[in-house]
Amino acid sequence: MEPAAVLDNNHHLSYHELPYIIRWREDRCTRCGRCTAVCPVKAIEPSVMVQRLVMSDGKTPMPSMVRHVMHVVRQVTDIERYCTGCGTCTLVCPNMAIEPEYNPHNKFLTHKNRGGVSYKRGGRRNDPSVSTVDKLKFTRISMLTDPALDAGRHEFHVRTLLGRNLPPEELPLKTENGKLVVDRESGRFVPPVREIFPIRIGSMSIGALSPPMWEGLAMGVTYLNEVEGIPVVMCSGEGGLPPRLLKSRFLKYFIIQIASGYFGWDEIIHALPDMVEDPCAIEIKYGQGAKPGDGGLLMAYKVLKLIAKIRGVPMYVDLASPPTHQTQYSIEEAVAKMIQSMSMAWGFRVPVYPKISGTKTAKAVLNNLARNPYAAALCIDGEDGGTGAAYNVSMDKMGHPIVSNIRECYLDLVKQGRQNELPLIAAGGMGKRGNLAANAAAMIMLGASAVDTGKYMMQATAGCFGDEYNRCNLCNTGRCPRGITTQDPSLYRRLDADKVAERVVEVFKSAETEFKKIFAPMGRSTQLPIGMSDGLSVGDKAIADRLQIDYAC
Amino acid sequence: MCRLSAITSDNYFSVMENILALETMKEGHDGSGLGLVLKDLGGEFEHLKEYPILSGVCSNRGLETLDSYMDSMGFKVKFMWEPKIRGSKDVQARDHYLVKVYQYPDEYKNRSFDEKEMLLMNTRLALRKMGEADESIFAFSFYPDVITLKEVGDPLAVAEFFGLDRDPLKAKIIFAQGRQNTNYVIYLYACHPFFIQGYCSMTNGENTAFVPIREYLTSRGFPGYMGYNSDSEVFTHILHYSLRQLGYPLHYYKDIITPLKDSEIEQRSDREAVALMKKSLRPLCIDGPNCVIGFTPDGTTFMVQDSKKLRPGVVGGSKGKYALMSEECGLDSAIDARNRSKDIFPMKYDMVIVPPGAQEVKVWNQLQF
Repeated sequence: MEPAAVLDNNHHLSYHELPYIIRWREDRCTRCGRCTAVCPVKAIEPSVMVQRLVMSDGKTPMPSMVRHVMHVVRQVTDIERYCTGCGTCTLVCPNMAIEPEYNPHNKFLTHKNRGGVSYKRGGRRNDPSVSTVDKLKFTRISMLTDPALDAGRHEFHVRTLLGRNLPPEELPLKTENGKLVVDRESGRFVPPVREIFPIRIGSMSIGALSPPMWEGLAMGVTYLNEVEGIPVVMCSGEGGLPPRLLKSRFLKYFIIQIASGYFGWDEIIHALPDMVEDPCAIEIKYGQGAKPGDGGLLMAYKVLKLIAKIRGVPMYVDLASPPTHQTQYSIEEAVAKMIQSMSMAWGFRVPVYPKISGTKTAKAVLNNLARNPYAAALCIDGEDGGTGAAYNVSMDKMGHPIVSNIRECYLDLVKQGRQNELPLIAAGGMGKRGNLAANAAAMIMLGASAVDTGKYMMQATAGCFGDEYNRCNLCNTGRCPRGITTQDPSLYRRLDADKVAERVVEVFKSAETEFKKIFAPMGRSTQLPIGMSDGLSVGDKAIADRLQIDYAC
Repeated sequence: MCRLSAITSDNYFSVMENILALETMKEGHDGSGLGLVLKDLGGEFEHLKEYPILSGVCSNRGLETLDSYMDSMGFKVKFMWEPKIRGSKDVQARDHYLVKVYQYPDEYKNRSFDEKEMLLMNTRLALRKMGEADESIFAFSFYPDVITLKEVGDPLAVAEFFGLDRDPLKAKIIFAQGRQNTNYVIYLYACHPFFIQGYCSMTNGENTAFVPIREYLTSRGFPGYMGYNSDSEVFTHILHYSLRQLGYPLHYYKDIITPLKDSEIEQRSDREAVALMKKSLRPLCIDGPNCVIGFTPDGTTFMVQDSKKLRPGVVGGSKGKYALMSEECGLDSAIDARNRSKDIFPMKYDMVIVPPGAQEVKVWNQLQF
């Protein structure tokens, strides 16, 4: 006799435990099979059902019962094959017969630890509420007492500086015949500074991204610089750059990241003698906002020939970066030495700066860097940053919000009078609700010199399905249904690098226009309004007090 | 918008020339204050040029505090001037309008002028601090050969209230500003012109970049960079910072507040220095709309515009007397007998400079250097 537990399905999950429930319409479905074939997690499968139908064929009603075998698309309730809500099935369905529907009552996290394996995923924090940066409003509008500028007619200089600016007292200048001239005998080191667009494409590696995705971003950035005259730069992420790019004149549009695994750096150092341009900057990654304290991981199945070559590793091995740099025993010494070594590699011509996760200790890091003449900036990545792979608990529960972190760091620099010396770069959640330029402008007015964006770029340029309702977020599995975060040619052939590049250009051109539409009514055009906190208000008194801005309601 | 009237001459002239120019430029409601700064003084002050003059306003109690503090610091009164107040329904009289000439404390008599300047500024700041909370003392300037007068009301009415029409103060450089009250409560410390250690400026328009500039200046560690009850005060302090603290020649003031584009800097003979300066002094860049008129300790006067020239401003006159005005009718009032075809309306790259003695006027252009 079978136990009751099997007969009543007591140990099975119901659809209501799952985050997404498939709505399938029998009347529209042609049983073409596209949806079940394309589903990246096999959450749906073709199946059969027996239907009992009451039929009547004669001229007068003569109902009779028939048993009818029907082909259906069925959602499985196996937690390992849960529907991620990506909607690829909807995308391929010719008859609009299927779509996943978010189930707000799901108990997904309660069950997603089978075998003692915690839930891992890609994406960012699953918090769909309005973030602090989206609550900020631009309220200092030039009205009558001073004329608003014209976003379409006036000249705007929407650029920022990446690199350490010397305080004016330390500039090697002297006066000769009523003119300032550079005093070459002073022996003073003038750090390298780049003028860039204030929104950068944040670090996403070749390996984490598919070839067409990375190429698309790179082509878009190059086009923006060379044709549109918008100096957008992007960061390599950890994992190096293609050898041809390292030796090309386009290297100047790229920030090369070095992280705790040092992947790709053997190749980079060997390419140094052949470089015809310096990179834009070097980013030393000490932390990532999405998974503070965690290292990176590129799964073995993503380490194909190209990736292995670029990174200088064997094919098909897991590439784990340790949580911290192995040489990092103190900020005073090890970090300073690393900054200096990287600077020295390029003859002190390239800005070198660290990137850390948002944290309560950010001010301590900042103060140390402020005293290091070779530190070119500080990038802080807040809790809403994205990642290709991490534990869900790290993404959802670890990390510090970026807004107050940046603000307190800026105010600390103001207190020391160094607000123009060490640029702050804000990352994590920029454009989370689509307001990329507005978020960037708000962060700038709070004191950031620039912002990084990654997730937004994947969403805007390649249609990434991921959102804060845990939709898709399959980046870690290598089965990205859009072909963005996969090394599987059958998946990434879906993505056209040229189309990605086109979208990159559109995104940045539009962001530049939106910047102008924000800055013009506030009467700012000549320089980026860094720290113009009187321009902002928020309808929450506690946030206003914490950020030292106005409360408006 | 504020009305600005500056006159520089090789002869002493009456402050009423500035006031009448302000009156000519008046339009609509325009009566929330008058500010005057006189430099290179004539009349009773002509022979007291090396002695510092404290200008301010105070209540009876404030005067006691002030006198006892100045006494404790070792300053001895050498000469005193008080305006001959004529009651006016438009102007509310305060207890004392101070213009006191002091002798330096004995221990400072042989010190360098730099040390004397620091003493004077710190004394002014101490007085300001003592009287700021209860408004018992306003200390505007404490410097040799410079007088500042400020009061709320219609400029002409205030001038008559001070009796300047009957017994005018005279000087070779006089700045006057008729203040329209817009964003700020009517407060004497918000009234231009502003003065610090020999540098003075007045401005019309709003300064949209005020907060980052204020934060930058206050974080320089220089005690005089404080106050900022008006967004225009930063223009005076930027002038002081660029010239006195950094030692830059005057025209770099224009390069600091309205930096050229990088492609334009390439045309300059001092391009390397300007490019470095632009980055390091980025927080002091303004966006206007502003016309700034200022003077430096040597008596050079100048006018500059924001980089879009969003405010009016004109300079004209003849050898020996030039006026720098926010509007042309003011210039007509001050110096009618002049060759109008030589009037200068500075544009976005220009800095109009009248050297001490007002013998000539020069236009320095940012692009042609």
